[in-house]
Amino acid sequence: MPEHDVKDVRDVRDTVINYHDGTSRKAIVLDREVPYPEGKLIVSRTDTQGVITHANQAFVEMSGYTEDELIGANHYILRHPDMPSVAFAGLWETIEAGNKWHGYVKNLRKDGAYYWVKATVIPNIRNGVVVGYTSVRRKPSRSKVSESEALYKTLS
Amino acid sequence: MTLNLTVSPDFAPDHISGWFIFNTWLQRQLGTGVHLELYDCFDTQRKDIKSGKFDLVYANPFDASMLVRELGFKALVRPISKPDETIIATHKDAAIQSVEDLKPGATLVTTDDPDVNRIGMIMLEPADLDASNTETLAVDSYVIVAKNVLNQDADVGFFLKDAYDELSDLIKNQMKILVSSEISVVHHTLLLSPKLQKYASTIQQRLIKMMDDEKGRSVLESMNLLGWEAMTEEETEFMIDLIDTLIDE
Ligand SMILES: Cc1cc2nc3c(=O)[nH]c(=O)nc-3n(C[C@H](O)[C@H](O)[C@H](O)COP(=O)(O)O)c2cc1C
Repeated sequence: MPEHDVKDVRDVRDTVINYHDGTSRKAIVLDREVPYPEGKLIVSRTDTQGVITHANQAFVEMSGYTEDELIGANHYILRHPDMPSVAFAGLWETIEAGNKWHGYVKNLRKDGAYYWVKATVIPNIRNGVVVGYTSVRRKPSRSKVSESEALYKTLS
Repeated sequence: MTLNLTVSPDFAPDHISGWFIFNTWLQRQLGTGVHLELYDCFDTQRKDIKSGKFDLVYANPFDASMLVRELGFKALVRPISKPDETIIATHKDAAIQSVEDLKPGATLVTTDDPDVNRIGMIMLEPADLDASNTETLAVDSYVIVAKNVLNQDADVGFFLKDAYDELSDLIKNQMKILVSSEISVVHHTLLLSPKLQKYASTIQQRLIKMMDDEKGRSVLESMNLLGWEAMTEEETEFMIDLIDTLIDE
């Protein structure tokens, strides 16, 4: 068996993820990173509550969910337990104030593996009203991923 | 009445005559004068657009943002199957095999095309490169970008994918592609000024039907386009929101 497979099996964590709205789910968490797809942007949109209304093909492929599973789901479906909740508190505070948010995010795939992104979230403003949010992710540099990993460990 | 039309300066020079043929076609369709003015510089064109000189603009996606959100233009149509994609290429013998092999101090050769340059810079981020630790040589056309790459005057060149694809095989064979974007939802649009909105549906309908007859198809061919498809306001807003996320400030 190749070494990384052994590692996967050893590092399986059955984890309960608690969301801010009081719900929780049991998820498999693997120590296996899926590389960011070259040249692509991972795009999704949500309503004002963070419920997914649109996901592009790259989003579907990287998340491991089908489009049907994603549309109508809360965006926290991708939340990785290694992500500190203050990071998302900052995100919501920024976008609800009508501003653009940038950050490095570790996302949890349906299969338990993870992928790092550099995310930008902006409010969708139509006739002066915020009707939802758009998030676009790009490939992060490894140095930013390491910095974020170190930082998030101190925050969670 | 004369409609003033301008076209983003980023199409391959071979298609200039195509846009003049389109101008004549549009004139016949609308029964009104259409005046086409071309630019070879994005900044000069942008200044003239802002001063209200144009009614109809075939705009690159970054300028479309400005036209819609600042000047109240509305997108009528987009070209079918023609997303704007960006390629970063290097000399085929260069030691680098991927973007991540580039180091601070890397030299880039680019045109002044704003969307290609922005997406190109985004594709350099995985190597921790940005405007502060790279050197950019700006040239007038993608053919000159290619020349600089072939002469190894720069580490990498940024290309609009369409322009790259139209380079001769002789040139392409001496380069290797490090990364090619696959964004697919960012594209050019044809936009109409707010003061001419009453003509919006007529112009849009004529353009959508353009590919239905032989004459229209031959004009499209000379512009290297397959046809036009309608853009709704929400599709335009969606694209502009997406572009907004790509601009760091
Ligand atoms: C447009 C948009 C995109 C988001 N994308 C992600 C994402 O990719 N991954 C993620 O964990 N949270 C994402 N979030 C944040 C989630 O809504 C949520 O705040 C986060 O997962 C933390 O869950 P919690 O608030 O229940 O603790 C996004 C929010 C918005 C508005």
